[in-house]
Amino acid sequence: MSGATPVGFRARAERATADAHLRGVLHNVTDRLIDSRRVAQGHLDNSEELRRAARSMRDDIIRRLPEVLDRLATNVEANGGTVFFAGDAEEANAYIADVARRIGARSAVKGKSMATEETGLNEHLAAAGVEVVETDLGEWILQVGGDTPSHIVAPAIHLSRGDVRDLLQRVADGDLTDVPEELCAFARAVLREKFLRADLGITGCNVAVAETGSIVLVENEGNGRMSTSLPRVHVAVMGMERVVETWEQLDLIMALLPRAATGQDISVYVNQITGPRRPGEVDGPDEFHLVILDNGRSDLLEGPFREMLNCIRCGACLNTCPVYRQVGGHSYGWVYSGPMGAVLTPLLGDVEGSGELAGASTLCGACHEVCPVQIPLQDLLLALRRRAAPEADRAERAAWRAWAEAWRRPSTYRATTWAAGAVGRVVPEGIFPDAWTDGRSVPRRPAGGSFRRRLRNGSV
Amino acid sequence: MRIALLPTCVVDTVAPQVGAATVRVLRRAGHEVVVPDAVTCCGQPAWNAGFAEEAALVARTTLDALAEADVDAICVPAGSCTTMIRVFWQELFHLVGDDAAVARAATVADRTLEFAELLDRFGDAPGGRYDAAVARHHSCHMLRELGLRDEAGRLLDGLEGCTVLPWPGDDRCCGFGGTFAMKQPETSVAMADDKIDGLLATGATELVGCDQSCLLHLAGRLERRGETAIRVRHLAEVLDEAAP
Repeated sequence: MSGATPVGFRARAERATADAHLRGVLHNVTDRLIDSRRVAQGHLDNSEELRRAARSMRDDIIRRLPEVLDRLATNVEANGGTVFFAGDAEEANAYIADVARRIGARSAVKGKSMATEETGLNEHLAAAGVEVVETDLGEWILQVGGDTPSHIVAPAIHLSRGDVRDLLQRVADGDLTDVPEELCAFARAVLREKFLRADLGITGCNVAVAETGSIVLVENEGNGRMSTSLPRVHVAVMGMERVVETWEQLDLIMALLPRAATGQDISVYVNQITGPRRPGEVDGPDEFHLVILDNGRSDLLEGPFREMLNCIRCGACLNTCPVYRQVGGHSYGWVYSGPMGAVLTPLLGDVEGSGELAGASTLCGACHEVCPVQIPLQDLLLALRRRAAPEADRAERAAWRAWAEAWRRPSTYRATTWAAGAVGRVVPEGIFPDAWTDGRSVPRRPAGGSFRRRLRNGSV
Repeated sequence: MRIALLPTCVVDTVAPQVGAATVRVLRRAGHEVVVPDAVTCCGQPAWNAGFAEEAALVARTTLDALAEADVDAICVPAGSCTTMIRVFWQELFHLVGDDAAVARAATVADRTLEFAELLDRFGDAPGGRYDAAVARHHSCHMLRELGLRDEAGRLLDGLEGCTVLPWPGDDRCCGFGGTFAMKQPETSVAMADDKIDGLLATGATELVGCDQSCLLHLAGRLERRGETAIRVRHLAEVLDEAAP
């Protein structure tokens, strides 16, 4: 992609939909992810029951979130770890930069973390003189290419392997092929050195378990394990909702998360980390810090969007979304994309034009159908539209008002429809000039007028 | 049965032939069909755009007309308008604080059936002959809000000469989505193209669905692409033409 990034979903989506290469890549990968999910889901004989149970479990935890987080914090500290509650992105970044400064860190390796994408941690640490290296393969490719994630689970989903080869060639001495194994071997060789040199390891946290003060990292590459065991200090960053109380609850999450995310019955690594290295242990960091990020989430605890906090970040709603499939993650303008991003971005993000995102959906419900915790995303998008309606532009508000005044009365309904034949009658005219006709023919005006008129004339 | 037909604003204004076909199919099945004079629109266009007050103003008119109709059932030849009535009306009237309307909406919801659902439920499969290779479009509200997946297919299977072809992605949204089609036209058209590319690969001669709004969008895009070999039809038109 070239040129300045356009502002607003429509402008970005217009550019993305005109990019046949991007759409081809998205169609291939999302098709594969949807199919694998379906197969893996089929390995469970009670997947619908598990989804219902997961929803009610998440509901219960989120309702009691402050209490659950207290328990988590108490147990992390009992294990010798340190907990920091960050009210916003700035506080989280400042805390981590302080840790880096105190230990004299020159370089940091990062496991995949959307929470730190949300806070812009990399830029912050770079400004503080710390070299930050992404170690998730997709994230590293993007870092090399100066690009950003377009998917919460598969960050480089918008790149073909040819694209990846071209990007990595920038940092390779010899010529690279586009054979995945060779590209991976190249990445491994580069990253291994970074792991061995790093002072600080930074990761996300898929789920924290309050009863033992543990964090769980779900990954496939082993970079999460290296980031948490090689550097002398480990900082994990979690959105405040990413917690369960018990290992039994984690078991339910683990039955659903890898299947929904990547179509795996279980991911290659499920790292369970409880505090820093203890006396007698051979590896693990000297210090463990858990940063629990609010950044607008606690505002959702009361009110119509609370259920969004149930999200376990599997990405299945992105893969299945017919809009995401055409426009890709960058069109959404922030770190979260697809249906979950269209809900979260206007609620959490400080992003110009994010109000438009509630409209970046047909409300088709495919997301709800695959969500492992049954979040009614289409209902939340509709609720966001209602919230935004009073601030819609004057012309749109006036048009809906005029439409309502006309169609609330049978006589004026008939008067406006009798002749029939215009799409503009169904949606108030004048709001969206030419929007239909740019890509689609207009239905021909039916001879004989509206159905009701024909009925009246006895011609039905 | 005595059936009240809600023609829907789209059929009324843009596809009157679908309304006429619906009436004929229902009559042939032995039903008496009335169209209450005062019905207008279910309010869905405004509801989906987030304008609940405006949606309620219009929906209340149609609600009152349907609630007063002395009928056994209400038939709607559109999955999405059926969804508006059955799934969203009570929430809509609750949101605008009209408790009396919530109660009336519940009784109307109980009697409201989508066209294919009604025929399928009451054993009214009209049968007949229809020589075509058909691809079926599953409309989203019908499929995922109402859970109606196989009803229309069973009716088509009952027609001699009619083959329903498998169409991968037949349950993926076509990109209409109400005002979405006009607020996000580039994405909406890209979604239609995605569907149409798959459709062309099926070898179908006809595209059949139960929601005229999706069909309007897909037909408009097919025509703009110069794909004139595929006829786009509402199920009611197919069943009407097939009738012996």
